[in-house]
Amino acid sequence: MTETAPVVTVSNLIKQFGRFAALRGVTAEFSGGKLYAILGDNGAGKTTLLRTLAGLNQPSSGEITILGASKFHDICQQVGYMAHPSLLYDEMSGMENLAYFARLYGIASRTRCADAIRAVILSVGLDPDLARPVGQYSQGMRQRMSLARALLNDPKILLLDEPFSNVDLHSATEMVGLLARMRDQGKTIFIVTHQASLLEHTADEFVWMEYGKIVGRTRELRRPEVTQ
Amino acid sequence: MTGPTGITRATLLKDLRLEWRSKDAINSMLFFSLLVVVVFSFSFDPTAEESRQIAGGLIWVAFLFAAVVALNQTWAREIRNQVLDAYRVSPAPANSLFIAKTLGNFIFVSVLEALMTPLLIVFYQLRSIGPAWQLLVVAVLGTWALVVNGTFFAAMSLRTRSREIMLPLLLFPISIPALLAMVQSTTAILNGEGARFWIVLLVTYDLVFTTVCLLLFETVLNAE
Repeated sequence: MTETAPVVTVSNLIKQFGRFAALRGVTAEFSGGKLYAILGDNGAGKTTLLRTLAGLNQPSSGEITILGASKFHDICQQVGYMAHPSLLYDEMSGMENLAYFARLYGIASRTRCADAIRAVILSVGLDPDLARPVGQYSQGMRQRMSLARALLNDPKILLLDEPFSNVDLHSATEMVGLLARMRDQGKTIFIVTHQASLLEHTADEFVWMEYGKIVGRTRELRRPEVTQ
Repeated sequence: MTGPTGITRATLLKDLRLEWRSKDAINSMLFFSLLVVVVFSFSFDPTAEESRQIAGGLIWVAFLFAAVVALNQTWAREIRNQVLDAYRVSPAPANSLFIAKTLGNFIFVSVLEALMTPLLIVFYQLRSIGPAWQLLVVAVLGTWALVVNGTFFAAMSLRTRSREIMLPLLLFPISIPALLAMVQSTTAILNGEGARFWIVLLVTYDLVFTTVCLLLFETVLNAE
């Protein structure tokens, strides 16, 4: 496997919430065009790392560089973020939700916007003509629509927090296939998950976290031995 | 590209659509105001002359309390499913969100005022001695004063545990100068007295607080 230049660099990243340190000096480089599975027990700092990369948490100290920029605002067009909650309005349909978010990303022309939305909804295996409000979707459909929202701006970097939770095995496998294709197209994908087995043959690297630190990076789904 | 104005428009239309479907804010505001107007009317049974003296205070206190309901609702929608995070990771400017939310709240409270005005006239036998069109000016300026600060402080109390209590605690003290101007100008117009000073005070209040809120909103939005 050939190494490409790092697109995400994290240097001695510390994030504290009051006196609690969620990240305790994370340092890592991540190459472009790869799929990283971020694994670890509850409270290991996975979600905090992802939210900090997404610019939602400000680091207490340390540096993050994404696509050469140290300010998230400069590259936010290039990043897609999917959280554990859906980040969608329950009262609106999927199409309406995505139309609104498309405006936020500057996809202005109505035709271009509608085409882009339809394409992205179809790509996650949903029907763009579904008029039901998102609040009436099943959890799995909501997760997929949430992924569609994250893909709307055709980002180079995808940050996904628990994308397979509450999704049935068949749909989850389809989502993994979709993400693998995106990785093959050159996108860099970070997935925080507790369902690591789904990514066993797809992830390029497994990043293991414990107590707010990266304690190992493996090519296979095998927890590294940690010496304290 | 969609500019800040386009994003403001899209956010405002989205909020209007959500309110149209849920009617959360309008229903609670309307019910609350109706209750205040009817209860006060039966409790005091004022004459037309007495009404002119108390109406200013009664109207604006009712609208202030009712507005708090709408202000809480408008941000509660953004917290559900953490949708606000989707806005924060997007390149959309923070102030577009603030202006859209403020305009949305302005529309909701204005609709409430328009619906309540005929009832106020009937229940309190209100007849304005001064030029009634000035009441419209006071209504616009006063409503803006309520919603611009209210939207800002509602966003500020968004992540606090008891935000329903926090909002009035923050909003009411800072609204006192505006409330005073609204009440005094309304009473003055109803009694045929000059309200120029109070209207100028309201304009100044609106300009100062709109500017301050716009300058500080990005910090509030991104606060953890």
